[in-house]
Amino acid sequence: MSKQEKELLKVTELRASIEGKEILNGINLTVNRGEVHAIMGPNGSGKSTLSSVLVGNPAYKVTGGSVNFHGLDLLSLPAETRSHEGLFLSFQYPVEIPGVSMMNFMRAAVNAKRKYFGEAAMSAGDFLKLMKEKREVVELDNKLASRSVNEGFSGGEKKRNEIFQMAVLEPQLSILDETDSGLDIDALRIVANGVNKLKSAENATIVITHYQRLLDYIKPDFVHVLYKGRIVMTGGPELALELEEKGYDWIKEKEDKESVK
Amino acid sequence: MDKELRQYIDFYKSERDTISANSAEVLNAEREKSAEALGTMHVPSKGAENYHVTDIPSLLSPDYGINIKRISMPMDAATPFKCDVPNLNALLYYQCNDEFRTSDRDYSKQLPEGVIIGSLREIAESHKSIIEKYYNRIAPHDEVMPVLNTLLAQDGVVVYLPKNSVVSRPIQVVNVQSGGVPTMVSRRMLIIAEENAQAKIVLCDHSQSPDVAFLVNQVIEIHCGASSNIEIYDMEESSETTRRVSGIYARQQRDSQLTIDTITLLNGMSRNNVKVEVAEKGCNTLLYGIGIGREKGIVDNNTYIQHHAPHCQSSEQYKYLLDGESRGCFGGKIYVGPGADKVESYQSNNNIIASSEAKMYTKPQLEIYTDDVKCSHGATTGQLDENAMFYMQSRGIPAEKARQLLMQAFMEEVVERVNIDILRDRLKQLVGKRLSGEMALCGTCGAKCAKK
Repeated sequence: MSKQEKELLKVTELRASIEGKEILNGINLTVNRGEVHAIMGPNGSGKSTLSSVLVGNPAYKVTGGSVNFHGLDLLSLPAETRSHEGLFLSFQYPVEIPGVSMMNFMRAAVNAKRKYFGEAAMSAGDFLKLMKEKREVVELDNKLASRSVNEGFSGGEKKRNEIFQMAVLEPQLSILDETDSGLDIDALRIVANGVNKLKSAENATIVITHYQRLLDYIKPDFVHVLYKGRIVMTGGPELALELEEKGYDWIKEKEDKESVK
Repeated sequence: MDKELRQYIDFYKSERDTISANSAEVLNAEREKSAEALGTMHVPSKGAENYHVTDIPSLLSPDYGINIKRISMPMDAATPFKCDVPNLNALLYYQCNDEFRTSDRDYSKQLPEGVIIGSLREIAESHKSIIEKYYNRIAPHDEVMPVLNTLLAQDGVVVYLPKNSVVSRPIQVVNVQSGGVPTMVSRRMLIIAEENAQAKIVLCDHSQSPDVAFLVNQVIEIHCGASSNIEIYDMEESSETTRRVSGIYARQQRDSQLTIDTITLLNGMSRNNVKVEVAEKGCNTLLYGIGIGREKGIVDNNTYIQHHAPHCQSSEQYKYLLDGESRGCFGGKIYVGPGADKVESYQSNNNIIASSEAKMYTKPQLEIYTDDVKCSHGATTGQLDENAMFYMQSRGIPAEKARQLLMQAFMEEVVERVNIDILRDRLKQLVGKRLSGEMALCGTCGAKCAKK
């Protein structure tokens, strides 16, 4: 890989709405390669909306701003191209797709990416080898891999399956949306270990979480607080600990007071 | 007399000698009363009850050629099936239009003793007493299309399974429509399963002349003897110019099991009637269906299960996928008569409308005249799951491929019902091909053209 620009993602004044309701009110965020960013905030502050807009969920309407993703105008690309170009979202609620096997699903994903970069489809043998290798990252049972996508998976299995897909697709920027929700402590450790194994100096991670718990395992370089659709505070890992201790009310009060002024 | 029917009755009256001379006595014996009955009938108009999408008058109006002189049409068994053919290992027979033909292999030594498979016309002569006993005994005598079939059918296929006979290899009949002018085909099949007999029958419909308009009027009668087990897989992959009205009429005796799977992959207009009379106790009836509608295609399945006896089960599952401007229709009626206690009957119809122009009509119906039964029916019609679509796209799967995977997944449940492994695998592939827009020519036929 040739020497890459350090800056991977630059979000400028991003605004978005759903069903006419403005959720993001001008987000500014820069993520460099090798960094881990945590985005925290109270319920309804726009955390999941931000991740949905970045990966191109058609339910949201972008009403302003821009996003540069390693030189690309991200917002102009269809969701599948964003994926090919190295963007990955670990869903808060992974979708069950009865009747579509994990194998067919992953093969379609892997080969679509290869096609995008002008490469031939992967042979069956190589594909199976890849699946086996990546399953180990999150200790995903072979049985799960032969089932329909997420169908009948437990909460923990679904999240492990997300990280498995991340391992296969090798994204440059991974967004983990509330990956800790619904996980017991063992599953949390497995998922976090998987994420840490995939971390490198070339890629970056955005961890969206409500609680500090996950950040004990995935150490952030920056912590951002989102409130009412804007990043209202940025700090180091110590900010997460402070939030854990004091909750979000002090930030809400501070912000609400300022907005009245 | 309805004007649509007049041309057929007049035709019969002027040609009855030729028709009879090229058929068999047992078949001829049913013609006069059929002509008489037709004269008193009315063709159901489009929009009438149970005819939301099928326009019988317009099917009957054109001036089709009818090959009453039995001129042998050219049939190249290999041409329509240029695709990889798996080894279904079937006992293979053909019908070219409505004329029975054997393949070049002779199965007579491989059939269990007493089993007869062959031309209706020939067997009606050689085994007259059997055919006389069963021919035209179940097909309705008061409905236009089956009566019209009885009026004109000159040949067809017989599958006779004597007591305790088990045919383990699938029996496959490949129906090929062939001809240069618009043609009406009156296809007839008679399946007689005596006590304890078992067979799996695969029917494949093709057109070798995709530019020629065909009207196929098919009647299949199935006599299910006590404890018999018959499976029918009726697959249509004809052409956009083929219009087909099919009637499968069955009567079940005690403890028998009957499966009828109606699969429409490629067609012009198809109306498939399935009517099962469950006459005795302990029976199991399984009706399945797949309908894939594209462009201006019409898929119309109409089923009627009559439970007259206690301790019986029936289950129905039909799924449709409609694209383009296609029309789908499902009418499913279950009748549980007085005294038919302990009947369990389930019916489901699920549909996906994949375009803004396609339309689905569904009408589940229960008619119950006894208290001690378990019956349910349900119908759903909707679009592809948008969350699943987005989830797949976010993993890099292009929208078109994601749609295809979801549609295939939707059909999977019914495809899984197929009880012949090779046919099931092949059907999966065919449904995939069909959904990806590739013309899916039949792969289940035994014509072995892959080697060419």
